[in-house]
Amino acid sequence: MAIKYNDPSPLEVRVISQRFQTPNSASIDTYLATEGYDGLKKAIAMTPEAIIDTLKASSLRGRGGAGFPTGMKWSFVPLNTGKPTYIICNSDESEPGTCKDRLLMEKDPHQMIEGMIIAGWTIKSAKGYIFIRGEYRYLIDIVDKALEEAYKKGFLGKNILGSGWDFDLYTHTGAGAYECGEESALLESLEGKRGIPRLKPPFPAVVGAFQCPTILNNCETFSSVPVIFRKGAEWYAGLGIPKSGGTRLTCVSGHVNKPGVYEIPLGFPLMKLINEVCGGMRGGKKLKAVIPGGSSSPVLTAAECVDLTLDFDALAKAKTMAGSGGIVVLNEDTDIVAVALRTIKFYAHESCGWCIPCREGTTWIKKIITRFHEGGGVPSDIDLIGELAANMLGRTFCPLGDAAAMPIGAFVAKFRDEFEAKLKQTRASKTPDLVAV
Amino acid sequence: MTFSTALEARFAKLLTSYPPGRQRSAVVPMLLYAQDEVGCVNQEVVEEVARRCGVPPLQVDEVIGYYSMLHRKPIGKFHVQVCTNIACQAVGGEELWEHACQSLNLKNKQVSPDGLISLEEVECIGACSWAPALQINYDFHHFVTSGDFDRLVTSLRDGSYGKKAS
Repeated sequence: MAIKYNDPSPLEVRVISQRFQTPNSASIDTYLATEGYDGLKKAIAMTPEAIIDTLKASSLRGRGGAGFPTGMKWSFVPLNTGKPTYIICNSDESEPGTCKDRLLMEKDPHQMIEGMIIAGWTIKSAKGYIFIRGEYRYLIDIVDKALEEAYKKGFLGKNILGSGWDFDLYTHTGAGAYECGEESALLESLEGKRGIPRLKPPFPAVVGAFQCPTILNNCETFSSVPVIFRKGAEWYAGLGIPKSGGTRLTCVSGHVNKPGVYEIPLGFPLMKLINEVCGGMRGGKKLKAVIPGGSSSPVLTAAECVDLTLDFDALAKAKTMAGSGGIVVLNEDTDIVAVALRTIKFYAHESCGWCIPCREGTTWIKKIITRFHEGGGVPSDIDLIGELAANMLGRTFCPLGDAAAMPIGAFVAKFRDEFEAKLKQTRASKTPDLVAV
Repeated sequence: MTFSTALEARFAKLLTSYPPGRQRSAVVPMLLYAQDEVGCVNQEVVEEVARRCGVPPLQVDEVIGYYSMLHRKPIGKFHVQVCTNIACQAVGGEELWEHACQSLNLKNKQVSPDGLISLEEVECIGACSWAPALQINYDFHHFVTSGDFDRLVTSLRDGSYGKKAS
């Protein structure tokens, strides 16, 4: 069955998506014909310190959401504790607005696998797991096949490339839970339990999978590793901007002419992405708002988008975040109250219920916005929504509470006029009924 | 309880994937794969998975309520999952969901009387850039219009689904 995706754009800088358009791109033959596993060959001749220094020099930052420097993360793993160590790939992609890891695994699974093997070699790990969300069942078969090919060619298994080091990789599936994208919840799920987050610290680098030191990165982060060793840290860093090296996949959705997954260098202008890469606003409508990094990132107004560049620090400065790279573009006709409602419905559904501010906060905000959206709102609701959101911030075990509170707070603060207009509109439409009574 | 040869092979491999003494790790994948074959995770499946993973049935049972994709009761032969999250919402996902409810005469999580089709409004399925999107079992369908939806449903009913390029 042919699945329809978007066409590439000539404005992209295709590094980790370079093989996406190649026929049989997922096969090891295609991968090897295009410098596949050359990064591993270089890394396996290096010491762990040199590998981590290379990653630090590349300015690669985690592509899952937090944007934490990858080299730093790997350096936190204590060596020689006597315990086994693990490599975990977070392919539980479930942040609304994000659909890049799916493409990376479907089109180029070996790239992710190679990145994981380099991580494994760095800490001399014996096993690793690729945690794939249950909805991506077809990818389990694709990745399993790729693993089998890698074993046959000697990139996995015993004595990898004559190094005397053994490493095994396995796929593991979730079964529908956003929460499991949070690293400690993912580790619980990997151990066969409900995905309830763990108290941190200790962080997974020290106490991770099966209570052992663990490198845990997003699928796109691992997929970005091989090219850094193949072409050099300076080359990779030079693609982006200082402190944010390389390229990343952005998943553009919403009201643009050509929504799609596009690879752009860090620091790429947001409006250029919308107007040139994505062919501008659909139907010539005006831009109203952009959700720049998955549904948990605070919304930006059209005015805030002008001159904004897409990188971790610029978006943090704009009081939002680059997050997972899911960019939802909304036009002038969008009902922001409806978007806020759909957003909080999601977080209320996905809240695991472990801590009270999140469990109660998401449910109450959902109830209030539902009533508000249906025309039963009162003026004090607007502030109440903002207050409830503010009360969740920073008061939960894991970032899900923040992920719900941040966008809701921003919707209310930046589009208060829409909430007020909704109030007036529903009151006006109710007047005849009231008169009749 | 035994499963198909292919699934038995998958389970055998799964149980050797985890560190010694960590077979509980296989619980969630095993439940999902077993559901794919049996149609749901009923008590028999729970007990079988518990036995194979060497844990009490309660430890298997308690995870089922947590994971959205695990169903205790049978779902349809074709489980139609329509995404209405923000990226799909922006381009007609909610209208597609309404259309699905009306044309199938089903509400959220209901199964058609003949057991052929079940319907669910789902959270983001990872097809945001190709929205509106839905999944039929594990198959993705992108840029779905109400016309596409009707054609898909027709093919589910006449048995031609998946047998020709759709």
